[in-house]
Amino acid sequence: MLEKALQGSRKYWTWIFFLLLIVGNGFINYLYQFKHGLGITGMSRDVSWGLYIGQFTFLVGVAASAVMLVIPHYLHDFKKFGKIVILGEFLAVAAVTMCVTFIFVDLGQPMRVLNVILHPTPNSILFWDAVVLNGYLGLNIVIGWMTLSADRKGIKPPAWVKPLIYVSIPWAFSIHTVTAFLYAGLPGRHFWLSAIMAARFLASAFAGGPALLIILSLIVRKLTKFDPGKEPIQAVGKIVTYAMIANVFLLGLEFFTAFYSQIPGEMNSFKYLYVGFEGHDKLVPLMWTSSILAIVSLPLLIVPSWRKKEGVLATACVALFISLWIDKGFGLVIGGFVPNPFEGVTEYWPTLREASIALGVWALGFLVLTLLYKIAITVREQTAGIEIEH
Amino acid sequence: MSMNRRQFLKIAGMSTVLGLGGVPVINLLKGDKSEASHVFVNEKALTAKRWGMAIDVSKFRTDDDYKKVIHACNSIHNIPDFGNSKDQIKWIWTDTYEHTFPTQPNEFIEESVKEKPFVLLCNHCENPPCVRVCPTKATFKRKDGIVMMDQHRCIGCRFCMAACPFGARSFNYKDPRLGLKPEDENTQYPTRTIGVVEKCTFCAERLSKGLIPACVEASQQIAKDAGTEAAMYFGDLDDPSSDVRKVLAGRYSIRRKPELGTGPSVFYIIGGDKNA
Amino acid sequence: MKIYDGGKIIVGLIVFVGLFTFPFVYNIGKANVMPEPKINTPAINELTEKKCVESKQFMRAEHMQLLNQWRDWAVRKGERVYVNSEGKPYTISLQNTCMHCHSNKKEFCDQCHNYMAVNPYCWNCHIAPKEKES
Ligand code: SF4
Ligand code: SF4
Repeated sequence: MLEKALQGSRKYWTWIFFLLLIVGNGFINYLYQFKHGLGITGMSRDVSWGLYIGQFTFLVGVAASAVMLVIPHYLHDFKKFGKIVILGEFLAVAAVTMCVTFIFVDLGQPMRVLNVILHPTPNSILFWDAVVLNGYLGLNIVIGWMTLSADRKGIKPPAWVKPLIYVSIPWAFSIHTVTAFLYAGLPGRHFWLSAIMAARFLASAFAGGPALLIILSLIVRKLTKFDPGKEPIQAVGKIVTYAMIANVFLLGLEFFTAFYSQIPGEMNSFKYLYVGFEGHDKLVPLMWTSSILAIVSLPLLIVPSWRKKEGVLATACVALFISLWIDKGFGLVIGGFVPNPFEGVTEYWPTLREASIALGVWALGFLVLTLLYKIAITVREQTAGIEIEH
Repeated sequence: MSMNRRQFLKIAGMSTVLGLGGVPVINLLKGDKSEASHVFVNEKALTAKRWGMAIDVSKFRTDDDYKKVIHACNSIHNIPDFGNSKDQIKWIWTDTYEHTFPTQPNEFIEESVKEKPFVLLCNHCENPPCVRVCPTKATFKRKDGIVMMDQHRCIGCRFCMAACPFGARSFNYKDPRLGLKPEDENTQYPTRTIGVVEKCTFCAERLSKGLIPACVEASQQIAKDAGTEAAMYFGDLDDPSSDVRKVLAGRYSIRRKPELGTGPSVFYIIGGDKNA
Repeated sequence: MKIYDGGKIIVGLIVFVGLFTFPFVYNIGKANVMPEPKINTPAINELTEKKCVESKQFMRAEHMQLLNQWRDWAVRKGERVYVNSEGKPYTISLQNTCMHCHSNKKEFCDQCHNYMAVNPYCWNCHIAPKEKES
């Protein structure tokens, strides 16, 4: 099937080369970072994780969200998802690829990354995160590939794929739970030290990931002959709505605990992010942008007659996606480091090089996504009209 | 992969037998090679069940005293100086009472304490979160309580920096040699390399030679020269007759953020003199 | 018989051979001299018996393993005295024991390392003895 990715229109190739260009630019900047160290980023002794780890965290959520299509399709036998579920699985593959790359570019000694396997340390959450992420990547590649090649031949996928699909469901929850545990178990980082961290992660993931999927589905419909279908898109829209409500609710809980208890450590990071702390307020405009976008997206999603209009749904999804991207891909990580353990403030802002590298990783992810979608869509176009049964 | 001592020496011995190493056969006749060679702790080395430190900042008289103590560490451990806080490497440094004990603010605290710089370093916690999170065991706890760094193994993920509630860890954002003048290098001790995390080791390399940590030694030298009491004490917290335990028994002391349960092994003596 | 795409195959072969032999071609005239590690240093000259911590043959073949073990013993176990197969004790330290005798890194270590095109990162941290530029 791979050859399907090698035949395409002029537009397709232009897009591929555009992505390659950004990947190349990121790579060149990464070589510079490799030689000169992470000092070329905006990170510091106080804010020791930045854009890379933020993007990693956000993308784990996007990866996990594939499960929101798998569950209705396979557990509730919701046939309408038959066409779209492959898009979710391949999105997961692309997202995990980006996650792993982001972790890699964040390492100070990337050549030693195998030490995580050579000296396995079960008490480290990062060890488990590496395990579950790679497992999830493998699962989705195998599942997506097997179901798609079966579709092409008009047969059922081999029987052993089913159990893998069922395993992938709890596995998706595990990747994001474990990622939340990276943060939620650290003493002295009040902003992260919260039992509902994993729940918040999952809620925001199940809003952000499917929102991206809706956007992608609409793009796919526009550019190709493959139509994921109106109904599945609406069904995913509902998932986005419920998840976003849950996400905002959980964030509200955090605010309440912090500000009603009036414990300084609990409040400080929130203050820094939303109003500024001791005169430092670099992140305030960004965080308010995120909040406003969230507030705008909610009614558009909640009112059924609005959500049913695909244009409105798309707008809401874009707003929501950007909102969550800022909140989780940036604010969440930086907020945990400010103020520092001495109640001092060091602010963080990514450098141009750092941003280019991050952009390069995104482009790499989109490259993987484009190639996989190209294959899936070509197969789907050829089998259009044939009822798919899994 | 690390073999244990016996395995390694066996292999060393075996390769000899097989002619790979080629130690003259006569040596083999002396007996079991794997028993003939071994590794041990230097007999002069200072040992303890749980190393700990006590610091009485009221005994620092001048800024110069602080400088001497910090310099003692910086100079022997090849600590670079980049002149900015972003890339800074700190093993031992000073900060105010409020920053040292942010969870114990007290606006009416004695002027002398309020204004006095406190000396900070890694607490060599009993239950260290930095060790818990490290994915490679590059940070680990030794039997004597020292939380040690193996810079050969660190992958620079900086999880430990997020986990340490005391800001005791520094990351080499830049090549440390760029911040170190060649003539200031201590050629007896390594520098670090780009992309690894580092921190105070309670002078593990000095303990192994029978010397106390450099900062404590400097502080005791200052006291001796001035004929006063020392500001820093070091010893085995498990031994009631050790230096630290004796000072701690006589005066009121606190630790940083004890509520987090990490069990710091560095104690701060606050106010009052002996038996006051 | 006609080879399909014969042209492409030949170009491919040329590219392959070019890539494959590049390291050899690139290094021509560079490192084809047999390495001759020198042990002519003041510290070694002072020794009555010119012997390393283990036999020359063992060190030549296994010094990397020995150093790895030394590293783990010293850093991770705090055991810093190595007693060799002849019962002689040595302080475990690359910088202070090995390089004390082999104070001529360029003429000793680098000789073989360059020849073998290996680039151990020991000296990123461990300070090499000060030598005259040669
Ligand atoms: S002070 Fe920080 S670095 Fe030192 S042992 Fe405790 S947690 Fe680890
Ligand atoms: S930065 Fe190094 S010491 Fe710290 S957690 Fe990662 S591997 Fe361990």
